[in-house]
Amino acid sequence: MHRLKLLLAGTVAAMALSSATAHAERGTDGDLKILFWQAVSTMNPFLSGGTKEVFASSMVIEPLARTDENGKLVAYLATEIPTLENGGLAKDLLSLTWKLKPDVKWSDGTPFTAEDVIFTWKYCTAPDGGCAQKAQYEGVKDVEAIDPHTVKVTFTEPKPYPYSAFVGSQSPIIQAKQFADCVGAKAPGCTAANFGPIGTGAFVVADFKPNDVITFKANPNYRDPAKPAFASVTLKGGGDAASAARAVLETGEYDYAWNTMVEPEVLQTMLAAGKGRLESAFGTNVERINLNWTNPDPALGDKRSTTDAGPHPALKDPAVRRALSLAIDRDIIVEAGYGAAGKATCNIVPAPEAVASTKNDSWCLKQDLEAANKLLDDAGWAKGSDGIRAKDGVKLNFLYSTSTNSVRQATQELVKSMWAEIGVGAELRNASASVFFGGDPASPDTFQKFYADVEMYTNNFDGTDPEKYLAEWLCNQMPGPSNGWQGQNIPRYCNPEYDKMVGTLSKTADPAKRAELAKQLNDMLTEEGAHIPLVHRGDLSAFAVSLDGVRMNSWDSQLWNVADWYRKK
Amino acid sequence: MFTFTLRRLFFAIPTLLVISFVIFALLDLAPNDPTGDLPLTIPPEVREQIRASLGLDQPFFFRYLAWLHQFFINEPLNIIESLTGWQFGDGERMRVLSWATRSPVVDLIVQRLPQTLWVVGLAYLFGILIAIPIGVISAYKQYSVLDQVGTFISMVGYSVPTFFTGVLLVVIFSSYLQWFPSVYDTNLRVTDFSSFVAQVKQMVLPVAVLSLYNASQIARFVRASMLDNLHQDYVRTARAKGVKEKAVLLVHVLRNSLIPVVTVIALGVPTIFSGAIITEQIFRVNGLGQLLITAVQGADIPLVQTLTFIFAVLIVLFNLIADVLYGILDPRIRYD
Repeated sequence: MHRLKLLLAGTVAAMALSSATAHAERGTDGDLKILFWQAVSTMNPFLSGGTKEVFASSMVIEPLARTDENGKLVAYLATEIPTLENGGLAKDLLSLTWKLKPDVKWSDGTPFTAEDVIFTWKYCTAPDGGCAQKAQYEGVKDVEAIDPHTVKVTFTEPKPYPYSAFVGSQSPIIQAKQFADCVGAKAPGCTAANFGPIGTGAFVVADFKPNDVITFKANPNYRDPAKPAFASVTLKGGGDAASAARAVLETGEYDYAWNTMVEPEVLQTMLAAGKGRLESAFGTNVERINLNWTNPDPALGDKRSTTDAGPHPALKDPAVRRALSLAIDRDIIVEAGYGAAGKATCNIVPAPEAVASTKNDSWCLKQDLEAANKLLDDAGWAKGSDGIRAKDGVKLNFLYSTSTNSVRQATQELVKSMWAEIGVGAELRNASASVFFGGDPASPDTFQKFYADVEMYTNNFDGTDPEKYLAEWLCNQMPGPSNGWQGQNIPRYCNPEYDKMVGTLSKTADPAKRAELAKQLNDMLTEEGAHIPLVHRGDLSAFAVSLDGVRMNSWDSQLWNVADWYRKK
Repeated sequence: MFTFTLRRLFFAIPTLLVISFVIFALLDLAPNDPTGDLPLTIPPEVREQIRASLGLDQPFFFRYLAWLHQFFINEPLNIIESLTGWQFGDGERMRVLSWATRSPVVDLIVQRLPQTLWVVGLAYLFGILIAIPIGVISAYKQYSVLDQVGTFISMVGYSVPTFFTGVLLVVIFSSYLQWFPSVYDTNLRVTDFSSFVAQVKQMVLPVAVLSLYNASQIARFVRASMLDNLHQDYVRTARAKGVKEKAVLLVHVLRNSLIPVVTVIALGVPTIFSGAIITEQIFRVNGLGQLLITAVQGADIPLVQTLTFIFAVLIVLFNLIADVLYGILDPRIRYD
């Protein structure tokens, strides 16, 4: 404690003299100003699940391990990543043993121990708690302490990829002492704890105004005495993406603005002011057009868009599915709507590199209207007097829905005009995001109901392992009335061979073999036309030129290494 | 007058109950979902559990009664407790909790009130102060250059939306000239002269945008009402009696003209509390307007319900105040 006081005194003295030794000492770089145009509602990611809350809280509470910007695991509160080689992961894949760093302290000065890890698991899995990150603990049978600094996680069945619980910003460790009386149904009532969790991270919450502004101070007990370089952080929320970008790039009032997804040409004019720069990082987000494999005809009533409705009259033809993909010029869509934050893709698993396939790039990445037209001609779809192709009374005229968003509506227009060139018509529709993604079984406009022929949105997977994600296209995952429209196989794709291969993947532990299987599954989905992948979407954020040390990360919170950020002198 | 007020207050109770039910039913029928904004990586079964933990698995009527109980019994008791230090029961009662923040809705509103009252309230006050002279001069010198200019400015202010004027001012005064900040700092405390200057600086742009809008509206009312009165017989009589022109205008005409204007102003007061949704968003004032719009977007139903209901109470209340003021200002009107 005495040493700490000395250290603090030193910090203050250093600030007074405005020492030129830059980032060598804690708290010498003043205030870091961050702008989130979606304001943060709570500092407890277990009660929210929203990206903004996960990111903001990652400055305060930390997991045992994180994924760095290259998609590699790095130990944070653990000493190392447990693997088969170092014996941390059991040979039967049924348990994982984490060794915790011995000298880590919570910001209130008490030691961080295995009890806190166990408590976090109990907190999130408690019944009636409504923990938003519960899926991270799926398959965890028990968490026990071998000694105060060793935690053993046991699984109900062999887990070839066990790094989900306690890994990444969605699964941080909270202090057992602080949240002891906040388990289960009592969780929402603990406002003070939810707004100001005690953490092991570089910063502590000094003041929290929900949906408005958060003030952080450097954590005096942070394990690296030289960090963080900033003495405080102000995280302001509200407004919209364009004005957030402006506050960094044009007026220079802020150092960092998260998620500045604005039309590329608007950003270009802001960058001309020379006050900031944009950085993008690519995770696993893919904007795709799902093709409905079942019949969405309104005349079918309750049966529409379920297997009972039978296959889609037009999209059941593989030639149509392939032609729709061939007709799209992905580069134009990227240029118009995404700029530096998008890349054309034909994969649903676009990253990490080890599992990203290139097999279909040859035919799919480039627009080929000739091939598309020929495909449809050969399949017997002939153009009518209105320019729309038809066969046996079935017209290639599709209802194309998506969520309300200016980039998506522009993309819809572009795709519609591209499809018009191969004699395919499209009727465009959009629904508000909170309805489209809301999953209300009573609403006809949700993406799960899929009361349309094709629909477009973005999805991704957490972490770097796609197993769980690829299992979404299993036959039994189709949404329908029997499961309250809750499945995730939105295209209603069903292929027993695919199901079998997912089963093999879930039993394979060797990383190279897993990657190979994941690629094959991904290729199968693209080749058969479960969907049309369009754009591999990156995260885009704006930084002031004076800010340094940022490593833009798409696999974890963008603020994952905020402890290393500093101001250029 | 007193019995009239009492009677009106008494009738307000069933009105407000019906309003609260209608709001609740409308929000319940609206097809949005509090888990709609969550990342798609959160699986459906977890979403179902989140909804259950918010109480959404309960039947509609039960949820409505629970809200009534929390809002009309628990919250007032809580306010009395914190004001007086008394304790009713064990003090453990369910308050109206926001779904997004999981914190009491009333605390959120209290936190947002200062910046909304300062920015929107001040803009309303400035709007009135600017509007009355413009309206009076415009009417007195009808069709003069002054009137034309005044009419032009108020038409522009009225018809150009705040999302345009707001962004325009930001581009000119924040980006180009760099005179004023574009982001409002709600953490700023006025403790000395320099922080006072900072506070004034950050209020200039949003207050200017809203004042222009408010002034344009009220100036039109003042002008029309003045014109009505300027051609009345009593004005001619006053002039014939040799009353000075200044007294005719400012004592006789203005006072009579203000009667309808006061009603309009009183009825507009509740809009101060509902904030200025667009202007607050542009300048990140984060007051009640921004609170309401984020709650609507995130389907934070308890917060939307409570806020809209408080606005309904204010509207009913200020309608009554306008009626009472009318009676005081105009002796011809009697309610008894």
